[in-house]
Amino acid sequence: MANINLASEGGVVNSAPESSSHEFDATKTRTQGQLVMRRFLRHRLAMVSLGVFAFLVLFAFVGPFIWTFDYEDVTSKSYQPMSGTHPLGTTQVGKDMLALLMRGTAYSLQIALIVAALATAIGVTFGALAGYLRGFIDTVLMRLVDLLLIIPQIAVAAIVVKGFSGSWYVVALVLAAFAWMSIARITRGETLSLAQREFVEAARACGASTPRIIFKHLVPNMIGSITVNATLAIAAAVLTEAALSFLGLGVQPPDTSLGVIVLENYGQFMNRPWLFWGPFIVLVSLSLAVNFIGDGLRDAFDPRQTKVRA
Amino acid sequence: MIRYIIRRLLISIPILLIGSFACYVLVATAGNPLAEMRFRPGVTEADLKAAEAALGLDKPVFIRYWNWLADFLSGDWGQSIALGQAKTAVFPAVTDALWTTGRLVIGAELLALTLGVSVGVLAAVRQYSIFDYLATSTAFLMFSMPIFCVAVIVKNYGIQFNNVLESMGLDRWLTTAGPRPGGFTGSFGEVIFKYTGTFLLPTVALMLISFAAYSRFERASMLEILHSDFVRTARAKGISQSRVIFRHAFRNALIPVSTLFSLNFGAVLSGAIITETVFGWAGMGTLLVNSVRQFDPPMLMGWLAVTATLIVLFNLIADVVYGILDPRIRLG
Repeated sequence: MANINLASEGGVVNSAPESSSHEFDATKTRTQGQLVMRRFLRHRLAMVSLGVFAFLVLFAFVGPFIWTFDYEDVTSKSYQPMSGTHPLGTTQVGKDMLALLMRGTAYSLQIALIVAALATAIGVTFGALAGYLRGFIDTVLMRLVDLLLIIPQIAVAAIVVKGFSGSWYVVALVLAAFAWMSIARITRGETLSLAQREFVEAARACGASTPRIIFKHLVPNMIGSITVNATLAIAAAVLTEAALSFLGLGVQPPDTSLGVIVLENYGQFMNRPWLFWGPFIVLVSLSLAVNFIGDGLRDAFDPRQTKVRA
Repeated sequence: MIRYIIRRLLISIPILLIGSFACYVLVATAGNPLAEMRFRPGVTEADLKAAEAALGLDKPVFIRYWNWLADFLSGDWGQSIALGQAKTAVFPAVTDALWTTGRLVIGAELLALTLGVSVGVLAAVRQYSIFDYLATSTAFLMFSMPIFCVAVIVKNYGIQFNNVLESMGLDRWLTTAGPRPGGFTGSFGEVIFKYTGTFLLPTVALMLISFAAYSRFERASMLEILHSDFVRTARAKGISQSRVIFRHAFRNALIPVSTLFSLNFGAVLSGAIITETVFGWAGMGTLLVNSVRQFDPPMLMGWLAVTATLIVLFNLIADVVYGILDPRIRLG
């Protein structure tokens, strides 16, 4: 597209070959990946959000090494107000809120990333298999999706946590088991249309195996929607986990999470508002940042919707 | 159409059966409702065996499921067996909770839908205007908001508002602890006053979240329609702007949102669970939380079966509505 612009800016499209080849040399050729990268890097909100997300990751995983208090330290001072030593005050049992927040953010991030990674892996594999093989396997997998969609995720997660264990990875696994269905449906839909294309037929004629066709030929062509949906799955997982833990049915002590911290402190909303607003702001900035990154990625992968020029 | 509905209902029967069996196995393996009884003083091994036999826990899980299913379908949903609690029948408990939740959710969802669709349409028609940016960013913010935090904030500002009312010498208006049993009594004005006071805060909390999804969705589908060929044709014929928007674009942009409305049931339910917990309504959310805490298998199974059936029904309604509104989709 840039080539054509250059030519038309020169007035008449010159028929002399050396001049036009000169014009074409002036434009750098970029691969699809480079184009997407450029569009993403120029998406201002997404860049800011990426910064916020990186900060939260550092806050959660590097912060505890720098900060003077440990999340397990119990000081004798219950409900300290905000001060130099305790920037976000202390909780009822005298734990430093900032240290707790670092710990909670780390757990929430771990859970969300595991849920998103597993959900994407399962969803893409099942969706591509169903869409590519069709027939019996398609029917079975899609009925499985229907089945999981009618069972409320929050109820199953609560029962599993109550019956087996409230460790953070159990919560992550249960949430992942109920988070892959929408990705599977989207992948199946895209696979159905991609599988009709000539390059897939060519690959099959060359004797490529089904896994090779799916992961070497189909998945790279769907990478845009897969990345976007994986990002949105992170945001959804952050909120679902927090909601579940807020009900007291998710992550159980000694593990913690942002939802657990809100649950333990929201009663202080009126008297010690910082104990509520601290975890609230971390939670909202985490889910906002991830959603904005997802939006930026969508714009970068789908030039039709873009408001940013490459 | 009728044939399609019947076929869909027939397909959903095996799905519901497998789903209920999976839930039954999960609930049965998740814990022993008599676990606590073992540690009670004066309970012998024989007592434990007798209690197990009374609940049928000594039989294999297949037979227990079969018995549960037969009872459930014949209308006998069993009794709660949580220790230390009064023995309540499952059927009235679940239906009462459903009614409480329904009263709250239906109003909130209809309001959210109306508001979301209007804002979405306006934002799409005035794309890139200040209104659009405001609406889009508000929706984005609410979309990323944890529901329980919204509920907590709304509740606490409601309490503060009440305190302000009280300091002005007025009655406290907003209720933050659920509807009073027995309904609302008094003169017409009093009933309105109590009704709005009870429903306002949870409705606002639920609405804010759903509103975000509807307005985002409506804006996107309206934009797509406004850029489609038939709208350009309508404009080219010289039809006025308002007629193009309302007669041509708006009606078509409603189709995807109407299906989202029926498909959204699961999300609305989890939103209701949290809102109810914060505001102390004795609805489906509170019932779920309590039955999980006390570990009450019959109650959990009743809850899961009712919810799963409702989700199946709402999915069916979504498909049927889609078929009616969009003649390009042929059902049957």
